[in-house]
Amino acid sequence: MSDWVEACAAGDIDEEDVMRFDHGGRTFAIYRSPDDDYFATDGLCTHEKVHLADGLVMDDIIECPKHNGRFNYKTGAARGAPVCVNLATYPVKVEAGKVLIQIG
Amino acid sequence: MQAGMVIIGAGECGGRAALTLRELAYDGPVTLVGDEPHLPYERPPLSKDAMVSDAPEIKAIASDAMLAERAIRHIHSVQAVAIDRTAHTVRLTDGSVLLYNKLLLATGSTPRRLPMPGLGSRCVYLRTFADALAIRQHLSAGNRVAIIGGGFIGLELAASARKLWAVVIVIEAQPRILMRGVPAEIAEIVHQAHEAEGVKILTGQGIISIADDGTEVCIALADGQEIVADLAVIGIGAVPVTGLAVEAGLTIDNGIAVDATLRTGDPDIFAAGDCCSFPLAVYAGRRVRLEAWRNAQEQGALAARNMLGAGEAHAAVPWFWSDQYGLSLQIAGLSDEGKSMVRRDLSDGAFILFHLAEDGRLVAASGIGPGNAVARDIRLAEMLIAKRVKPAPEALGSQDVKLKSLLAA
Ligand SMILES: Cc1cc2nc3c(=O)[nH]c(=O)nc-3n(C[C@H](O)[C@H](O)[C@H](O)COP(=O)(O)OP(=O)(O)OC[C@H]3O[C@@H](n4cnc5c(N)ncnc54)[C@H](O)[C@@H]3O)c2cc1C
Ligand code: FES
Repeated sequence: MSDWVEACAAGDIDEEDVMRFDHGGRTFAIYRSPDDDYFATDGLCTHEKVHLADGLVMDDIIECPKHNGRFNYKTGAARGAPVCVNLATYPVKVEAGKVLIQIG
Repeated sequence: MQAGMVIIGAGECGGRAALTLRELAYDGPVTLVGDEPHLPYERPPLSKDAMVSDAPEIKAIASDAMLAERAIRHIHSVQAVAIDRTAHTVRLTDGSVLLYNKLLLATGSTPRRLPMPGLGSRCVYLRTFADALAIRQHLSAGNRVAIIGGGFIGLELAASARKLWAVVIVIEAQPRILMRGVPAEIAEIVHQAHEAEGVKILTGQGIISIADDGTEVCIALADGQEIVADLAVIGIGAVPVTGLAVEAGLTIDNGIAVDATLRTGDPDIFAAGDCCSFPLAVYAGRRVRLEAWRNAQEQGALAARNMLGAGEAHAAVPWFWSDQYGLSLQIAGLSDEGKSMVRRDLSDGAFILFHLAEDGRLVAASGIGPGNAVARDIRLAEMLIAKRVKPAPEALGSQDVKLKSLLAA
């Protein structure tokens, strides 16, 4: 079940930015951190199911575009009202310039 | 009785304050008093999703379990009626008396009443979940809804009512909708969206009289027209709830007046959220009262920190959003501080207007577009406003210049 899925090319995401990735009827958010690491979380905010990829990445925080709820995208931890439920995270690796995520 | 932290008003602000006190590991008694029968809940959905749902539910800020786990005592359906500042007590309608070390007034605001005779049971206001349920019953295909006042709550309600195929008319006394705080260019987009969805909007229309017989409302307009509706919803602004503070002899100035740390003239009494006016640091201490959800949340948390002695000054930039149909509007800062505007076009017809002061400082940004198209740039604008920068207008106007790069500069 735990397949690695190609999400995008490493260069598709700017540093300190996020991109939406849809796969198998699910939606994910793929992040590139300021120190050039890649991360993946569920794509929808746990407050009102809004796409986090429209939000702003600052250091290790993704801020929801709708009401500014915050998560640490590296751990999925909810970091600021109104969100209180954590985000699921997924393992990520970069191989041959491709960003792969492991969808459980 | 052990004295502790007492919060009056179990809304967004009061609820957040109580949770924050516990996050900060305060271990004395925390009592949250509210006159509504519910857990603290979010109001913004009341004019949006909750209005469209077949079985509206409250969106609670904290569950009973969360409150119990944190030993937050929530007294509901009871009003605070008097504060004795010398004895440090608050008396409630059920006769009980609470002893406080620090008191937070988070009493919110209440709809401004239409000062006109003839209003009956078919003329209603929208503030609470109970109000929303009552209105929801009247929203069905073909039912006629008149909305008095083209402000945010009325317009969001109009959009929700259209989703349920009600026949909707909006009556606005001003020459255009969203006159307060929204630039004309953006109000025009909202206006067009409503008309495209079949809402009739009458602007510059004074109301002469209203007759409500309990089944129908008849609204006579200045130009001689008569509007007949099954329900009239009045949305002409809100006024702060200050009765308790007035009685207690606290200073009122367009709301309960507090300093930058949200403290009233009494060192043991704080006020926060919709009910208070405070000096806004980003605009040289201009005294304002905000009716905005994030402000209620931020001030609730700040008041909690300061009740515990942090002495921290409010520094946030005002921020507001509204959703109507697929459109989302976001405003950071107060646009009336601006003297000139620069427009930045984004994808999908979304755009942002940057408001600049005379000296070129960025003081506000107003954006509108589908979905969350403007969210990221408005958030960056908010940070630029907080930094009090004077960005080059050409840079603000150009899609090729990332706002994030201006922040780093
Ligand atoms: C329909 C609607 C839609 C909205 N949409 C948006 C939006 O899209 N975006 C946005 O930014 N803002 C929006 N707002 C505004 C936002 O909800 C408010 O700014 C926010 O709720 C203010 O929180 P508060 O806790 O200060 O006040 P409130 O939420 O009003 O809470 C105050 C509470 O105190 C209670 N109370 C008052 N006096 C007493 C007393 N003496 N004893 C006990 N209890 C008392 C009141 O009954 C109330 O329950 C909306 C508001 C409404 C009504
Ligand atoms: S939807 Fe994300 S914070 Fe509300």
